Amino acid sequence: MSAILKAPLTVEFPFTRSVGPVQSAFLTGLRERVVLGVRTGDGKVLVPPVEYDPVTAEEIRDLVEVAPTGTVTTWAWNHEPRRGQPLATPFAWVLVRLDGADTALLHALDAPGPGAVRTGMRVRVRWAEERSGAITDIACFEPYDGQPVEPAGHSGEFQEAITGIVAAARLDYTYSPGRAQTGYIEALGDRRIVGERCPSCRKVYVPPRGACPTCGVATEERVEVGPAGTVTTFCIVNIKAKNLDIEVPYVYAHIALDGAGLALHGRIAGIPYDQVRMGLRVEPVWTEGARYPDHYRPTGEPDADYDTFKELL
Amino acid sequence: MTREEAPGARDVAVVAFAQTDHRRTSEELSEVEMLMPVLHEVMASTGLRTADIGFTCSGSSDYLAGRAFSFTLALDGVGAWPPISESHVEMDGAWALYEAWVKLRTGDADTALVYSYGKSSPGSVRDVLTRQLDPYYLAPLWPDSVALAALQAQALIDAGATDEPALAAVGARSRADAAGNPHAQLRGAVPQGEYLVRPLRTGDCPPIGDGAAAVVLAAGERARDLCERPAWIRGIDHRIEAHGIGVRDLTDSPSTRIAAERAGALERPVDTAELHAPFSSQEVVLRRALGLDETVRVNPSGGALAANPIMAAGLVRIGEAAARIHRGESDRALAHATSGPCLQQNLVAVLEGDPR
Repeated sequence: MSAILKAPLTVEFPFTRSVGPVQSAFLTGLRERVVLGVRTGDGKVLVPPVEYDPVTAEEIRDLVEVAPTGTVTTWAWNHEPRRGQPLATPFAWVLVRLDGADTALLHALDAPGPGAVRTGMRVRVRWAEERSGAITDIACFEPYDGQPVEPAGHSGEFQEAITGIVAAARLDYTYSPGRAQTGYIEALGDRRIVGERCPSCRKVYVPPRGACPTCGVATEERVEVGPAGTVTTFCIVNIKAKNLDIEVPYVYAHIALDGAGLALHGRIAGIPYDQVRMGLRVEPVWTEGARYPDHYRPTGEPDADYDTFKELL
Repeated sequence: MTREEAPGARDVAVVAFAQTDHRRTSEELSEVEMLMPVLHEVMASTGLRTADIGFTCSGSSDYLAGRAFSFTLALDGVGAWPPISESHVEMDGAWALYEAWVKLRTGDADTALVYSYGKSSPGSVRDVLTRQLDPYYLAPLWPDSVALAALQAQALIDAGATDEPALAAVGARSRADAAGNPHAQLRGAVPQGEYLVRPLRTGDCPPIGDGAAAVVLAAGERARDLCERPAWIRGIDHRIEAHGIGVRDLTDSPSTRIAAERAGALERPVDTAELHAPFSSQEVVLRRALGLDETVRVNPSGGALAANPIMAAGLVRIGEAAARIHRGESDRALAHATSGPCLQQNLVAVLEGDPR
């Protein structure tokens, strides 16, 4: 058989999230060049802060400012930065315990090479020039051998506190539909519709997915179905879809192509919408350059007898 | 779940296990096409048919292949008509097995089919796994799975718990053991390679690959009917660490230790441990947390450093441990599965064969 089809597939989404009071204070603080932690019941300061004590699960709201200077607690040298990471040049991933904090924050450290990084080294925050209230408002850390910076004791109250973040994400894939669906898509290119017959129950699946969901066995025997078929059931669509150039009302139907063991769906045209009926015989209409039938139209044959398609409803 | 026996509670055993050959890519196959032979193999080895299975549970992740609700298509391989009792976890199949075990213990079913699969080849798994991180403080920085494991490895080195040669030896031992495992992706000697994220080299990291696994569970006498030497699940438990990576001591895994205690793993020695440690440094953490000494055979299958089909590698650990009991090569085995960055979540099961 021919090669398996492949195509690029990009999944991209703006992950929009609201934040609670503690995260809001922390992220707004970053916008204002202030680093805030939260104090637990037993006096530990967590940076970055959370809303519930990881040990006792008690709600915690006691915000406390910590220094923008701190100590590396562990590190890893990243010689090949990946898309989206804080720096485009080689850098160290670091966990940094800021002065005044008891836990560590993950970020990047801008350093000339792995030889310039060690656990225990002193670093300070390098602020991003443009800040919006996000963890990326810290551009990265940089080596620092001065005195600890004394925090001003900020209350955590801000004008125009941020209430949410958008964590944009993009993932790139190479999609392959597998053997069965490759066969289906290739046949469509020749304006043919193929299914696969289950070796056990003999049902013909269109489109084929390589397995019979009833019997749980592989399907391999390819069967050409149609081109004509029978409307098994339908609905009348009265709402115009965005970006769809089809006048309403129109008919959307389940169509059992001749020889198929189940119905697929398609639009019915070439007949007034209120004359479409169960049992109507239809055939596909292909438009130039299309990769699947644009719609189905009546063949003019007499209607199919109900008993011939009642199992396919 | 504790080991104290509830009144009427039944013993549950792994009675069959099957897995694919794990490969860098299986692009010629859809997910169900990859999975189906494994389902057929595990069912055939028990003589069960779909209609005989009381409960079906699967584990997988849509993010690997970039497709929504992909598990529903995989169900085509099960034969889900007439309707079956079915569930799915967006996690490693080891957690699907936990759900099935609960179902059998409570008497809702006598047999269960558990399967899981992962096709990592369509995307970039290092990038994909960043999307499971905390979306406020971590995900916007895109720290990839190797980078996070490397931070843990450096913390271990700083603590004096290991060094780079010792880590390399873990990888070498795993792949040497995998020479006897026809399903493994990396077998025999593999170069330690260059740094991916220092201090981890290619040899410290798992291969990226596609694969699937399936297990059949049965309760009580049903298990003895289906398997000559069932692998009885004597205890199983799972725990999670604090969410913030910087809150944790990365050189330790208290969640693994507590899960092992609650599963009864520490009451008596085990002879085999199948540890789900995708990175060489994570085996060091797990050995320390579990107190395993040189008398315990660790990862005779080669472990995740030889084959790491994401979402199936944890279920494979339980399956490999059970298969050694089935074959009479082990009497009491520990199986461990992990999920999330730096051993975030951990599951421990104790499996035993009948006395010989």
